[in-house]
Amino acid sequence: MRLPVSPAGDVATRPAAVAGPLPSLLGPGLLASGLLTAAVFGLGSAGQGPSVFRLSRPNDPLGLPDLAVPADLVCYGVAIVLAVLGAWQMLHGFRRRRSLVLGASMALVVAAFMVWATAGKSFSLTGLLQASVVHAVPIALAGIAGLLSERVAVMNIAVEGMLLAGAFAGALVGSLLGGPLGLVAAIAAGAALGLVLAALVVACRVDQIIAGVVVNIFVLGATSYVSSQVFSQHRALNNAPVFRAIDVPLLGDLPVIGPVLVQQTLFVHGTLLIVAASSYYLFRTRHGLRARSVGEHPRAADTLGIDVHRTQYLNVALAGMVAGFGGAWFTLGSVGRFDSGMTGGLGFIGLAAMIFGRWRPLGVLFAALIFGCADSLQQKLAILKTPIPSEFLAMAPYLATIVLVAGLVGRARPPAAIGKSYRRQ
Amino acid sequence: MSTIDRRQEPADARGRRAAPSRDEVESLVLVPLVAILAALALGAIGMLATGVDLPTTGRALAALAAGSVGSVGALSETLTAAAPLTLAGLGIALGFRAGLFNIGAEGQMLVGGMAAVLVGFAAAGLPAWIHLPLALAAAMAAGGLWGGVAGWLRAATGAHEVISTIMLNFVALRLVDYLLRSGLFRSPGRSDPVSQSIAPSAELPRLLAWLDPNLRVHAGVLLALAMVVLMSWLLFRTKLGFEFRAAGASPSAAHYAGIRTGAAIVAAMTLAGALAGLAGANQILGVLGRATPAFSSNLGFTAIAVALLGRSHPVGVLLAGLLFGALEAGGRQMQVSAGVSVDLVAIIQALIVAFIAAPVIVRTALGWAFPARPRPPVAAARHPIDRNGAVP
Repeated sequence: MRLPVSPAGDVATRPAAVAGPLPSLLGPGLLASGLLTAAVFGLGSAGQGPSVFRLSRPNDPLGLPDLAVPADLVCYGVAIVLAVLGAWQMLHGFRRRRSLVLGASMALVVAAFMVWATAGKSFSLTGLLQASVVHAVPIALAGIAGLLSERVAVMNIAVEGMLLAGAFAGALVGSLLGGPLGLVAAIAAGAALGLVLAALVVACRVDQIIAGVVVNIFVLGATSYVSSQVFSQHRALNNAPVFRAIDVPLLGDLPVIGPVLVQQTLFVHGTLLIVAASSYYLFRTRHGLRARSVGEHPRAADTLGIDVHRTQYLNVALAGMVAGFGGAWFTLGSVGRFDSGMTGGLGFIGLAAMIFGRWRPLGVLFAALIFGCADSLQQKLAILKTPIPSEFLAMAPYLATIVLVAGLVGRARPPAAIGKSYRRQ
Repeated sequence: MSTIDRRQEPADARGRRAAPSRDEVESLVLVPLVAILAALALGAIGMLATGVDLPTTGRALAALAAGSVGSVGALSETLTAAAPLTLAGLGIALGFRAGLFNIGAEGQMLVGGMAAVLVGFAAAGLPAWIHLPLALAAAMAAGGLWGGVAGWLRAATGAHEVISTIMLNFVALRLVDYLLRSGLFRSPGRSDPVSQSIAPSAELPRLLAWLDPNLRVHAGVLLALAMVVLMSWLLFRTKLGFEFRAAGASPSAAHYAGIRTGAAIVAAMTLAGALAGLAGANQILGVLGRATPAFSSNLGFTAIAVALLGRSHPVGVLLAGLLFGALEAGGRQMQVSAGVSVDLVAIIQALIVAFIAAPVIVRTALGWAFPARPRPPVAAARHPIDRNGAVP
């Protein structure tokens, strides 16, 4: 069955007439956000006392002093910078650096917001960064899984299902045989789904979106079914050990870096390793070059003697392994038990991170960190009791994503052959 | 290739259909039938594999059939479950036709339903013939706006609709949470996040209440049917529908043919959102009567499968919606009377879509079970080109 279209594949072929309303909106938008920052955050934090950001915990061996900043002055400063940027955009324009300016100004607004929310109180900055990195793990891994697969022209909607399968297999096998084997099972489950997806797409020539949706529904149904039919009666099958943070003697004692990057579970280290490895693999090895050529022009790759279908099977299975590892984070990395539908759409956010990161591993990691930061910010801010309803704080990262993606005008280009199945002649 | 076909098949040239070939019968009747049966069989194997004993498995399958088509009550439940899936599925199918992958039906359903519930209780006192259409229109407007934003972002800035609709889903989910906590929606004297109930004048009337007041099938089913007809007309008989399909088939060709692809994208996403909003209203005004957090309960995602199974054709979407509705209704009965989790239905649904989307699997299985008779040499001679699948 073929859809009349391959919806994601036409980004590159769309007429490039999308200079869009953004340049004209950016200047006034920046000016307005400058005014708002001054009016809401600046005035709001006047007379509240300084904002104190804690960098170390009280019992850290190498303590750093707290960072205390005058709240209202910082907010006014940010407002002035935003207004200047807005005026510059309206007068001269930033041209190529527009997305950079957009990203930087959003970061400034978030900083001003945090200073305002913390005015007169204290807030653990290190704690926020640590939670951001933890939250970024599944998103980054889902993004890398999507990327590895899409680089060989197989669209991977199934990331969500692969995460869920990894979480499920990790919990089940982890309960029976212990954490390490649970991790292996999660990776194997992901790989198996990757092979199924590749078989559907390559051998059965199913439309790639349909194949992904089928895998997602199937995994959601199967795991929910087993969880409500079996786990509810045999609780011992769903009680896996959890990986604890690794205690590294010297590096772990470093201020800020220690708790944020070093003293974490193996999922954080694994994620960083996978990002580095996939970047090296795709852009520095012969196999990576072959994979990318399959994604861009399978016929040319075939002509040069590359086995297109084998490359696709291999890389999609690899993507499944990465996603399975990411899925294990939900069970073996945090709570140790599986709940129906517990990935909650993070696989899709991972795909958003992939597009946002322009199909590059480091970009994906960066995008995932932004999502992770927004996620943990919303949780941590509940402690500070801001007058903004928590639902709107929770919405902010999604709205910010839309603005940012809209700001990266025409720059994101997927692999050219994506969505098309390749048949040898 | 087409000229050769026409010369060799004069029936086509005269505008008459040739008798359906064995392949057509296979793909239109046999493959779906085998797909459904195979999926049910695999579902039964799944039950056995998870420790359900054989008699219970039998009872579960019987309950699945009885709960979907076994009685008037079962049919009523099937139609009730099929209506929102068909409506939202039509919206997603429209998006596919225009080359857009709208994952946002869930969010569009949520905002549409919230608009319907707001009109439903706030405008109480209006006569039903104004109140109900007003609530439906509000839902379509809200859903259309939600979808239209994603379309505008795509057309104006190039922001990919997959990202923006996913993000708008999350935004809608939080927005509903907030609105249900706010004084505007909450019923007086209650603290849980449940909206006020809609006035009877805004309810979609139950169609079979004269037979038995427990039959839930409501006028939303007629609404869904009307939309199927409307969509068929729009897609295949109007200029707008042609522009959608052209923009979907080849954006650049459509652009150079003078079609304003940007406007077509915005229009398609708005219409898709309006249909999903109508699905939300269908749930609020026909089934639930009030809004609760995440009341759309993943229907918007199931509708993606419905649109895919229906091959983005309005009639196909209707049939797929009926099939999925029957499975939902039967699944609930299965859980009640055999104690087998309703989640099994999702497995069966996924397998059906997979088998129909990959006829290769079914055909291989069929060819293995029933070896094809050697084809008559005449037929083989008539399609030398089609057989090889390539033009010499």
